[in-house]
Amino acid sequence: MKVQDHASAAAAFIADEPRTDWHDETLWWVRQKRDKAAHGLPEWEQLRSWASQIKDHTLSHLDHYLEEFEKNALANGVQVHWAEDGAAHNRIIHNIIRNHSIQRIVKSKSMLTEECHFNEYIREQGVEVVDTDLGERIVQFRNEPPSHIVLPAIHLKKQDVSETFHEHLQTEKGNNDPQYLTAAARVHLRDKFVHSELAITGVNFAVAETGAVVVCTNEGNADMGTHSARVHIACMGFEKIIPKAEHLSVFLRLLARSATGQPITTYSSIFRKPRPGQEMHIVIVDNGRSRQLGRPDFRNSLKCIRCAACFNTCPVYRRSGGHSYHTAVAGPIGSILNPNLDMKANADLPFASTLCGSCSNVCPVKIDIHEQLWKWRQVLVKEGYVAPAKKLGLQGMAWLLAHPAVYRLAGKTGRWVMRRMPFLVNNRLNPWYKQREMPTPPAQSFRDWYLKNRKS
Amino acid sequence: MSARHHIIKAVADNKPAFVPLPDINLDQVTGYDDLAAQFATVVQSIGGQVVPVPGWEALKPLPQAERAAGKWVVNAVPELGATDQEVSSMDAVQLAGVDMAFVPGTLGVAENGAVWLYESQMINRLLPFICQQLVLVLERKALVATMHQALLQVDTAREGYGVFIAGPSKTADIEQSLVIGAHGPVGLTVYLIG
Repeated sequence: MKVQDHASAAAAFIADEPRTDWHDETLWWVRQKRDKAAHGLPEWEQLRSWASQIKDHTLSHLDHYLEEFEKNALANGVQVHWAEDGAAHNRIIHNIIRNHSIQRIVKSKSMLTEECHFNEYIREQGVEVVDTDLGERIVQFRNEPPSHIVLPAIHLKKQDVSETFHEHLQTEKGNNDPQYLTAAARVHLRDKFVHSELAITGVNFAVAETGAVVVCTNEGNADMGTHSARVHIACMGFEKIIPKAEHLSVFLRLLARSATGQPITTYSSIFRKPRPGQEMHIVIVDNGRSRQLGRPDFRNSLKCIRCAACFNTCPVYRRSGGHSYHTAVAGPIGSILNPNLDMKANADLPFASTLCGSCSNVCPVKIDIHEQLWKWRQVLVKEGYVAPAKKLGLQGMAWLLAHPAVYRLAGKTGRWVMRRMPFLVNNRLNPWYKQREMPTPPAQSFRDWYLKNRKS
Repeated sequence: MSARHHIIKAVADNKPAFVPLPDINLDQVTGYDDLAAQFATVVQSIGGQVVPVPGWEALKPLPQAERAAGKWVVNAVPELGATDQEVSSMDAVQLAGVDMAFVPGTLGVAENGAVWLYESQMINRLLPFICQQLVLVLERKALVATMHQALLQVDTAREGYGVFIAGPSKTADIEQSLVIGAHGPVGLTVYLIG
């Protein structure tokens, strides 16, 4: 299936103007909650610096920390697996499922499993996995991917959820009350939890010093699943490592405040050993991360703690929706991570930005997101992954700007055309005219004005 | 070569030059004049409640009173009487019927309302999550200002599992409408002793 590029998918999204406005305002409200939480701590900027420095340190010593983490996890009685890519990650989990002949599987939120397209893979193997985060369950019922890494169903209105639940959970038709709908999901998912045999979770932080993995949720779904099931599989990208347990303080203070404006998630669970009789596995995944680590301009992106603050503040994300990014991690951070995974397929994403810099300003680990977007554009043009029309346009513009006489003539002609023959530019063949009025042409160029006024 | 070897080698080859860890100076971290007041305000703002009690005596009748009302109450707090050790071997299907659980906390964090529980305090790892109403019992002197102090005091490597719990389970996944009681407890009360 041909994937629509960001601009075409965004055009489809904004066709519904009231819904676009609602999406924009909802995410901006989350951004404002983040601001309130951040401003409540005088040491906020200091925390961001510490977090950034801890991550810089960790990346610079990562091979040692991975070995230390593995050693400690093994000593804790955990089985550790290594996966070079998404396919290997999926196979490892499938093997564990097959070895136990397990049928009933629950999964709490893991963007890594989305990145590896685990849900599609495992369905093709004839295995059903129930997503237990409420937002993820909603989009799973609808056969959609999540549109946001923290708020997976943020693109849906309660009417949509009500229709989905009416179809799948037999809730009352037309009852759109979030309380009622959540209660229905609670009954449905508690039944899945108590009968689950295997629970898959993501990992927010992995502590090298103790071999523990930390999982943060508000709903309690990761804990309900793991403590019910006899097998727990935790999946992590290798950049989730932090050196010591005491460093959790810095990240746990930043994560939920940056994500939703909460002082901390309801549950911050630290899993070190399986409970008696339980089996615990950790799958450590590379999938392009070591390649990104080797790119000095882009390795900073591996500091990300997946809070999605950059999504909520982004004027492009808010008005184009997560699905228009056609990748597991959308938004500004996704646009600097995904070209590393597949440069050709994701060449459109670094251009889905105004480069306003708001993403870098809210990032709790100080990733220079907007600068990386700009750098990716240069790499993509150089590598030939940009549409010929865009490349030609940019080359034409570069030539024009390098030839002042032609530039002046072009400006003059343009102003004349806009005054005398506005229909030549005010039509749908001109992409700039789309959703914009053309400006009133000035009587003279700045250069003409300057030459005239400087002399007087 | 194994995947493990490939990955660690690729990381070693591609990592940047060494950067030292920062010094985390706690003088730069927020403090609170009244830890209990701050803790209570935050717990309330995240959907729970804090009830100060002068001593253990005031709490002792509570589990029994709830049981008399026909509820399945699990007590994991030794100071409140016999603890219900039989739940340690119960599975999720059985525990799904627990109405209320009394569980001791190790420490509470004023800045965010979180309470740390060691696995050994829960009898069963599932108990604080699967019960309908969670009651945490904590001594006032076990409050700290921020997560920095909390993680210096708690030894996360002491046991197999532990958790910070801040408020009842919640979700806002349907149109950002906050609903208390997602999959776990629909209510959380913290009794603050002393």
